[in-house]
Amino acid sequence: MTDGPRSFLRVRGLCKAFAAPGGTTTVALNGVDLDIERGSFVSIIGPSGCGKSTLLQIIAGLVGSTAGAVWLDGRQVEAPPPGAIYVFQQYTRSLFPWKTVERNVAFGLENRGTLSRTDIAARTCELIGLVKLTGFERHYPWQLSGGMQQRVAIARALACRPQVLLMDEPFSAVDALTRVGLQELLRALWRELGLTVIFVTHDVDEGVYLSTRVVALSRAPAAVAVDLPIDLPHPRDQIATRALPQYLDYRARLLAQLFADEGLTATEAA
Amino acid sequence: MSEISRQADLATDLATDPALAVAARKPASRFALLWRSRWLGVAFIAGLLVLWEVVAASGVMPAMSFPRMSAILATWWDLVISGELPGEFLPSLWRMFAGYAIGVVLGIVLGLLMGYVRFFYNLLEPITEVLRPIPSPAYLPIVILFLGIDDEMKIFMIAFASLFPVLLNTYSGVRSVDPIQLQTARTFGVEGPKLLWQVVLPAASPYIFTGMRVSLAVALIVMVISEMVAASSGIGYFILSAQRGFKIREMFAGVLTLAALGYILNRAFLAIESRVLAWHYGYTQQQRN
Repeated sequence: MTDGPRSFLRVRGLCKAFAAPGGTTTVALNGVDLDIERGSFVSIIGPSGCGKSTLLQIIAGLVGSTAGAVWLDGRQVEAPPPGAIYVFQQYTRSLFPWKTVERNVAFGLENRGTLSRTDIAARTCELIGLVKLTGFERHYPWQLSGGMQQRVAIARALACRPQVLLMDEPFSAVDALTRVGLQELLRALWRELGLTVIFVTHDVDEGVYLSTRVVALSRAPAAVAVDLPIDLPHPRDQIATRALPQYLDYRARLLAQLFADEGLTATEAA
Repeated sequence: MSEISRQADLATDLATDPALAVAARKPASRFALLWRSRWLGVAFIAGLLVLWEVVAASGVMPAMSFPRMSAILATWWDLVISGELPGEFLPSLWRMFAGYAIGVVLGIVLGLLMGYVRFFYNLLEPITEVLRPIPSPAYLPIVILFLGIDDEMKIFMIAFASLFPVLLNTYSGVRSVDPIQLQTARTFGVEGPKLLWQVVLPAASPYIFTGMRVSLAVALIVMVISEMVAASSGIGYFILSAQRGFKIREMFAGVLTLAALGYILNRAFLAIESRVLAWHYGYTQQQRN
């Protein structure tokens, strides 16, 4: 590949087709190109069923592509790369119910086999503290609220010190206030740890508020429809930032794109 | 599924029925309390034993083949004290546990392989389905032909019969592991044998336990059958030879011992299961709410 300087995460000509019932094929992704810089927070939005999650799963190495390729830090992704951890929307199913919070968080570390037992215990303890779950180490995930469970999943992902966190609608199954708390936690972790985050969401507000850049996909077969750098000041504020004219402008442009894609009109009939 | 384990289920249901907890707070006569409590079934058994005693004492049934319950219990006690019953019983228990352990371990290993590796499924599924429906007494003569009538034969019979319930349940358990749990393991780079041990086995364990519980009842049955057909010791041999020698009280004492054994085994199994699978009950309870 010769196009431009090598970006941290590079997606080129990514296509994905699924076999559909009746011997036909459904094309989910149709030539997605994307370059993501190290340390950025990129949200991917798009109409439901457009292939956002599929794109993320291919980047994570969990699903193969039909055509095209993904490079992470110069290496082509063919299996789940150690530097990228995927966080699922369905935390109740992703956390292991037979393991305590502490054992869940240690899961990735134990299987890397690079750390001693005491180092794993120390790192686990540190991460549980970072997601503010100290005191719940011996609880089982199913004994915790939804927001707390998703924090366990985030701690488990971060324990492996990934370069990239791939998050698939991680906050869409919790209530609005819990979601605000999780958003702030994620922003703080991203800033402190120098992470790269790719965040799939169907919520335009969430995408604009959290990110340094929002990519909107068109409806399936999806390609990049809008690629919008979000130039809002840091640190952000759930109330003040969301009232800024620029914020409202980003939001309006992305919503207009989504509505147009879905064939919706934004205005109520007179 | 054995009658014993179904009774145990019923007892657990009654114990956890919230209606009973409410009822217990209201003042009620002792009889009404018994009527709604888990002791009802125990009282029912006691009632049947009393009925037995009365019928036997009345002389309606021939005393030879239908002795009084009190006489049976007295004989049972004598047999225990003299060491005769434990002497028959312990070798039986040993064979049963040896066979059961072999069957369970093989069942888990083969079930995991079949559920996890397509090749083993294709290889072993047909033979499993051909061998599984054969009732164990039917192949007993063949086993005697090759292994004789000693412990090897009985342990083989018990292991072979215990194998299938565990194997089938383990296989179903492996197939029903949540794909999100598998993908989670993959994103953390956990694959191959590690994935099997760390995720697939614990996720399938509720199914495996179900299979082990069925196999426990099967093991008891096959133990008795194999001892009745060919043995010079063991509880099955004891029961059959007592009947042939017209020692009817001894025969009944042997059967009572088996009932007690089955009950105790199942209770012990449930106690272990509720400890090992505590996470599973908590998790499914949470999912339902």
